[in-house]
Parts: sequence; structure tokens; C-alpha cells
Amino acid sequence: MTVLLPGSERDALEMLAAADGDAVPIAGATDLLVSWPGRLEDHRKTYVDLSGLAGLRPLRWTGDELVLGGLTSYWDVIRDVRVRQEFPLLVAAARQVGAIQIQVRGTWAGNIVNASPAADGVPVLMAYDAVVELESLRGREEVPLDRFYTGYKEMRRRPDQLVVAIRLPRRPYSVQKFVKVGSRRAQAIAKVGLAITRAAAGWRVVAASMAPTIRRCPTIERLLEEGAPVRGPDDLLPAIARDVSPIDDIRSTAAYRKRVMARVLYYELREACGWRA
Amino acid sequence: MHRREGLAKLTGRERYVDDLPLDDFLWGMTVRSPVPRGRVTAVRFGADVDWSAFVIVDHRDIPGPNEVILIERDQPVLAAGYVRHVHEPVVLLGHRSREGLRRAVRAVEVVVAPEPPVLDFRVPPRPDQIQYGRDNVLKRLKIEKGDVERALAQAPVVVSGTYETGAQEHVYLETQGMIAWLEDQVLVVKGSMQCPYYVLSALKHALARDESRVRVIQTPTGGGFGGKEEYPSDIALHAALLALKAGRPVKIVYDRGEDMAATTKRHPSWVRHRTGLTRDGRLLAQDLEVVLDGGAYVTLSPVVLSRGIIHAAGPYSCDNVRIAGRVMFTNAVPFGAFRGFGAPQTLFACERHMDVIARTLEIDPVELRRINLLRDGQTTATGQVIRDGTDRVAVLERALELSDYRAKRRAHAAFNETHAAQRRGIGLAAFYHGAGFTGGGEVHLNSRVRVAGLADGRVEVLTANIEMGQGTLTVFTQIAAERLGFAPQDVAIAEADTGRVPNSGPTVASRTTMVVGRLIERACDDLRSRLEVDAAVRGASLRAAIVRWHREHAAERLVGDAVYERPPGISWDDANYRGDAYGAFAWATYVAEVEVDLATYSTRVTGFVAVQEVGKVLNETLARGQVQGGVVQGIGWALMEECKFRDGAMINNQLTNYLIPTSDDVPPIHVAFLENPYPHGAQGAKGLGELPIDGPAPAVLNAVAAATGADPRAVPLTPERLMAIADFGLRSAE
Repeated sequence: MTVLLPGSERDALEMLAAADGDAVPIAGATDLLVSWPGRLEDHRKTYVDLSGLAGLRPLRWTGDELVLGGLTSYWDVIRDVRVRQEFPLLVAAARQVGAIQIQVRGTWAGNIVNASPAADGVPVLMAYDAVVELESLRGREEVPLDRFYTGYKEMRRRPDQLVVAIRLPRRPYSVQKFVKVGSRRAQAIAKVGLAITRAAAGWRVVAASMAPTIRRCPTIERLLEEGAPVRGPDDLLPAIARDVSPIDDIRSTAAYRKRVMARVLYYELREACGWRA
Repeated sequence: MHRREGLAKLTGRERYVDDLPLDDFLWGMTVRSPVPRGRVTAVRFGADVDWSAFVIVDHRDIPGPNEVILIERDQPVLAAGYVRHVHEPVVLLGHRSREGLRRAVRAVEVVVAPEPPVLDFRVPPRPDQIQYGRDNVLKRLKIEKGDVERALAQAPVVVSGTYETGAQEHVYLETQGMIAWLEDQVLVVKGSMQCPYYVLSALKHALARDESRVRVIQTPTGGGFGGKEEYPSDIALHAALLALKAGRPVKIVYDRGEDMAATTKRHPSWVRHRTGLTRDGRLLAQDLEVVLDGGAYVTLSPVVLSRGIIHAAGPYSCDNVRIAGRVMFTNAVPFGAFRGFGAPQTLFACERHMDVIARTLEIDPVELRRINLLRDGQTTATGQVIRDGTDRVAVLERALELSDYRAKRRAHAAFNETHAAQRRGIGLAAFYHGAGFTGGGEVHLNSRVRVAGLADGRVEVLTANIEMGQGTLTVFTQIAAERLGFAPQDVAIAEADTGRVPNSGPTVASRTTMVVGRLIERACDDLRSRLEVDAAVRGASLRAAIVRWHREHAAERLVGDAVYERPPGISWDDANYRGDAYGAFAWATYVAEVEVDLATYSTRVTGFVAVQEVGKVLNETLARGQVQGGVVQGIGWALMEECKFRDGAMINNQLTNYLIPTSDDVPPIHVAFLENPYPHGAQGAKGLGELPIDGPAPAVLNAVAAATGADPRAVPLTPERLMAIADFGLRSAE
């Protein structure tokens, strides 16, 4: 394997451009390590190790945005008091990522580009209307996170592009919830994940492990906007069926995922929405 | 006393097999069968590997019989033209680079003409699936007491139920590993194992070498739980075959994925109960059928079945009992020894069934157990008269008291009335575990222990029993030190090296402290008698006597010796499965409290009390650790540890997809011991190692049943499984 060590962001972009699509940028390398023993083909790839690019690390506040850097880690977010106050779901989700060792190494940008349908970080970013900032030698591009994924592990990032920032608008929220259903209380991969927010911009309901990508649930969001009466979890099932398409896999079943998504939504929102059985 | 090897382990200085320095060696790896059953028509070596740089071993390289000798001889060391399970070893490769070896293993194609496999042990096999005997039954055993049919016909109430348990992975921290090399003409095999003499016997047999040309040495072992009882013989043979052919040392260390996929698991089980009772809950008849999945080779399944059926009727008095057990052949990776050894499976069924009975008869589950628990003078299913003086009802009472059982039941009822999406409940299990080998097993083992007096006045304890985290080194030191009046540092424990230590039997079956510990005491006494001093000579005066003896007997060895003797009054009829199955039983009641989330169907264990009578507790810290570890392992088996199989092989063979409890998934575990010394165990100890895995699963599921009204009959009770059997309406909290 070849590991390239860029001295600057510009270096990194040049390396990616020169590799003509064959170089993989890595930061914490936590996702790479999971499959390392089994995927021998990974051992022959070229990696661009971004971990030395200190400039990409800090998170910043502007008047109307929180900006996570390309190397901002889960731990950076967990220990930031302001994030805890203004974007509590980021902290809640970060604490659910692997073990503390992983939280220290793993990055939000890495979580986005790894594109796991079971990601913990992506749902809360999407529920906060995050925008992904991509940079390459050809310039800068912005893609709203809820339009970033185009299919399973497919996304609107060219191989020569780096995620250099993730921008979240600062808004008052009246509802903020993150629920991760795993097979144990820590260090588990989500079987059902939900991030829910409500701001002046409207409801956001984002589901994980329910489709080939993390995705918003427009039918449910509409149902919430319209204040439709919901008398029990089963009333949510038709909307869920339109929004997501869970599968049976090694971790759970489609039936469980659908039913539990309905029950968690119902239970979490019952009070906020004034639902009565 | 502190754990002897504790500091080395804490500081990372302990050297496990993979840490040992080894010069000029090859890595070894295994090419395995891709299919569950069939004839091997070709083994193709890919064109893009330079095979001249590899040592290649197949079944034709085996000097002796191609058999991993254990109870039967049905399992080949390497498949010879026919495979019976996915991951069955076919070819071994040796190479300098581990990375190169990984690629090479993938470049070998084992071509198999598939034949119909049998993959469900509960379904009778079709004729074209028969592969063992006439009916694929690996072993059949039966216990009969009284007249079950008549008692059932006359019983006022009969309650039936079937119960199932899944496979379980050991998840020892250290994966399987072995190194082998030739030292002059002696083959030396070193590695992670529970039973050095089992490995020795397997090597002697398949390599056709006598004892003088093989030596097996146990290395510090990072957990075993039974997973290193029989499997190390396979990997030792593989390393040895490669080393013999290569003429160089060979090291095989499995990574986690290979270890989980290719090595043994706990036997899956199916148990049917048909129980006759009086209306107030007195047991009149117990009719049981116990079926285990053995996998593709016999390995230890007959004795797992034996222990399973002996424990199946529970710690209760019943005059009419019939237990019919069988282990079925399937084309699955062979199931094997795992802490509890069949008893956790049958005790799960028994104790869950007790709660099913209680619900059916509308009586209190505590009362049901209280009236049926064995009293001294009553007999077990095999007709063993229990008269150890232990008050089994007092064990139950203590668990109820420590768990605040009655108050909790009332509090839970109130909680459940007022909470929409959570349910709380409490459940218990009363159980027992026989220590040591079953029936005549210990006599057959004929274990021997030596205690040598050294020239400097210290002693060395020589046994083949090993430390795997459970505390053998520490407890053996305590036993010898106490017997001789020595300080712990004046007792050395010999490395388990078959070239030096006698065969004191395997480190299994909760026998180490009770049986081997007692032999150490007797060997200490024998040492004294060789010195011609009496029991009053202890400590400094005994050390002086040893030093004096050596001065008077230059170049001679001073060795105390002890060989197992069956405790008086014990008898066992193996043909009819009647008599004293074990010298001693440990008795226990465990109580679990749970909270079930009705939105996600997930169960959290919120409280746990473990009360047991285990004879004398020799080292409270270690004993407590054994119980806590067993409870955690049992909670995992009860709720989340699920082996997912395809074609008889585990496919979730990663720790990301086979989940064991984290510290956040287990509650504080309240451990209490009641002591009633056993006269034939070291200092009065009975076996403890396996007991704690027997109780958690039924206690937890009984608690879930109490909390939710559901009727779970199988473990693991994953949220998906609970959803399948219970539709919880979400009540709104108004």
C-alpha cells in the first residue's frame, strides 16, 4: 500500500487530482480498519493521509452557521459546550459512535463519505440541514447533505474532491431528537436510527439503516407539517412504506425495522404532536 | 492473596503464544471447504502464485492415522477426498510472510461435487442425508426413574412445553494459536490450550510418535470457556504437520474471523417437557426429550449430552422421571465444549418450564420451586441420594431476600400501570451443577499430581492444569501454601509441560479446584510422609526438613505424589445411567430484574442477584469474578449473542455483528456465597466455574415473561424474536 502525506490542503488536492481517481483520502482511518483483514484489495491502494492538515481540524462559529472542518472529530464536538447547547443531537450521535477511541479518531466528513446506510453522524447532520463543502483543484462546490447521496455508497463527490467543511445553519429548534436502536447499549451498529428536528423551516425526519442511504422521510415530514391525526404507531406505517425500504440483513429484519421505526416515531413525537390514542 | 500472574497481565508483560520470540519460522494457514458436504474432486493451485516458496501439506502427509482422536475417531485431521462441513480443513500452507500466505490461501480452490447436506437437527433426515449410523444419531442416552407413563396418566394436571437455545461463541480474548518445531528428535508444540494431555494424545496418534518424541507446553491462555478443550488438538496437529514437512518452526494464529467461523460453539438445543403435577404444584412425573445439534463430527458431544440430560430435570424431587436424549449429526461446523457443557441448555428449558407451569396452574413461581426443591434424603433423576446437608430452600430464600423480590414485584406492578412504553419484571431460576467428570469419569482419568520439595526448601506443584484467567495458579498456590504452612512465594507452580508434569486431567468440568486441588493437598501430605514428619511440622520447620533431606540425599528428587481415589460411598452404573452422577453438586438461585422497552422490544437487565452454595470459597475475589463473568456470559446468551448460520457455518463471524454485552449492558451483579464444606474437595471446595452460566438465561426470560405477559421459549431473546411472539400495544399515559 502507498500512503501519501500531503503538507497542505493544496498538496492533498494535487495528489488526488494526479491519482486520477485511484487515491483514497483518509483521516481517522477507522472505517478502513474494520474491513482491513478481510479486504486484501485495500492493501494495494494508494491513500492520501489528511491527518496532518491541522487547518482542517477546528470547528468554527459564524453569525449564522456552525462550520465543522474536514477533520473535525466526534470528540471535538462532544467536548464543545456551545455545540452541546445549540446542536445537542450532534453530541448525542457522536457519543453513540463506536468506543471513545473511535470517537477521538473518527471525523464527521469521513462519516459522510464512507456513506454507510447505518451511519450515526449523517442523520443528525441531515436533520440540521447541513451543507457539504467540496473542494478540488477545479474549485469549490456546495451540496446540501440531503441531496448528496445518489445510491448505495454512491454520492455527489468526485474522486478528486475533498470534503473541507460541513456547514450547519444556526436556528432555534422546538423539537430535537436522536434515537439509535442497536442490539446493545454501546458499540453497536444501528438497526434503526432516527434524527428528528423541527424549526421554522419545518420538520426534518431522517432515517438510518432503513434504505440504501441515510435519507429524509418526506411523507412523514408532510404528515407532521399537516398535523394529521395519529392514533397509534400503525397509523405511521403507510408513510414509512413510502419513505424507506428496509431489508433483512445480518443485523435485523425489514419487519422489525419498519415496525420499530413506527413505534419510536410515535412514542418520541406523541407529546410534541399532541397525538391521542 | 493477589493473583500470581496479575501484575504481568496488567502491565502487558505476559507473553501469549503470538508474543513468543521465534527465529526463522513460517506462518501456517488453512485452506478450508467451501461447501457443507461433498466429494473433493480437485484441489487447484492458482497460476499467479509461486508455489515453490510455500510448504504445502495435505492428508497424504500425515504419518499415522488421519484421525483427531477423542471419544471417536471419525474426524480427519485433514479432509481426504470428502468434506462434511463448511470450513473443514483440507490443505495447510506454510510461508514466511503472513500477507503472502493470506493471498495464497485464496488462490487455492477446493472443488467439491456437492451432496445433500443435513442442516436442521430438529428435522428427521431423508435417506440421502444419512451420514452417521442408520439415523444420523451421534449418541443416544436415557435416564429412567419410576413409571412415567402411569404417573402422567394419573396426574391431575399435565403441562407441556418446548424450549430452544442457540449456539454461542466463546469469545475468549486470545484467539486459537499454536507453534510447533523439532528439537533434536522431539516435536515440541506450544500454545493456548486447556488440556495439554489431550493435545499430546492427538499428536501421538496421528503423527505416530511415542511419548518420548512429543512434548506439549501450554502458554499463558487468554480465556478458554471450553473453546480450548478439544479444538487445540486440531490446530496443534496442523502446526506440527507443517513444521515436520518444513523442517522449521511453524506458527498458526487464527484471526478473529477465522476463529469464529471455523472453531466450535455451544451446542444448539431443543427440549420438550411434559410434566405431571398435583393442582397445588407438586411434581408427579417429568417426561423429557433432549435433542442437541452435534455438527459434522462426534467430538465431545456424547459427554455434553450426558451432562445435559443429568441436569435436565432440575434440582427437584420427582419420583417418576424419563429423560431421552440424543445428539444429531448435521453438516455444521462441529459444536463442542462450552462452559456448562449441556447443562445451560437443559436448565434453561427446565427453569423456564417451571414458570410456564406456575402460570398455567396460577401459583407463585417461588412456591412451585420451594415445594419441589430437593430435601436431604431425596433422589435426583439418576437415583442419586442427596444428603450433603445443604438447605436448598435457604439458598432460594437468601436470593429472594437480597433481591427484595416481593417488594420488587409490587413496585413493578405499580410501575407498569403508569408507564406507557416500559415494562418491569423480576424472575428467578433455581439450579445446580455437578462438579468434576460425570459418573466414573474421574476414576477413568486417574489423575496424578506431584509436589516436589526443592533443595532450597521451597516446593513445586506439578500438574497439567492450566491458568486461563480463572485463577488456577493462585488457588493452587493457596492450597499448597495452606497445607504446608508456607508463604505463597515458597510455592512454585510448574509450567504445564507434558515433558515434566504428570497427567492431572484436563482443565474443564469445574474440577480444577475441587478434584485437582484435593490431589495437591494429598501430594503435600505424601511429601511430609516421605520426609517422615507429621502434620504438625509446618512452615519454617518443614522447609528446614526439606533442605536437610536434600543434604542427605544429594542428586535425588524429593517428590510427594497423589493419584485420584473415588470418594467412599459413590457408585455409578454407566450402562443404565443410574447412581451417583457427581461427587458433589453446587446449588444456586439467581434472580434477574429487567426493563423491556415496548417501542423497540429490547430488554435491559437492571438488577441481578446470584446466590450459590459452592462448598468452601477459597478465594473470594476470584470466586466472585467467576460468578460475575458467568452471569455476563449468560445474559449475553439470553438476550443478544446469536450465531447466524448459512450452510452450517457462522456468517456473522465478526465482533461487530456477533455482539456480547458491554459494561453498559449489565447491571451491578450482587454475588453471595453460602458455604457448606465438601469433605472431598480442597479445603472443602466444590466446583464453581460452570455453575454461573446455568442460571441467567432462564432467570432473565422469566423476568421478561413477568414484565410483559409474553411467553418466550427460546434464547437468545433478541428484540426481533420478542416482536415475533408479542404484539405490545403502546398504551398512552393519560
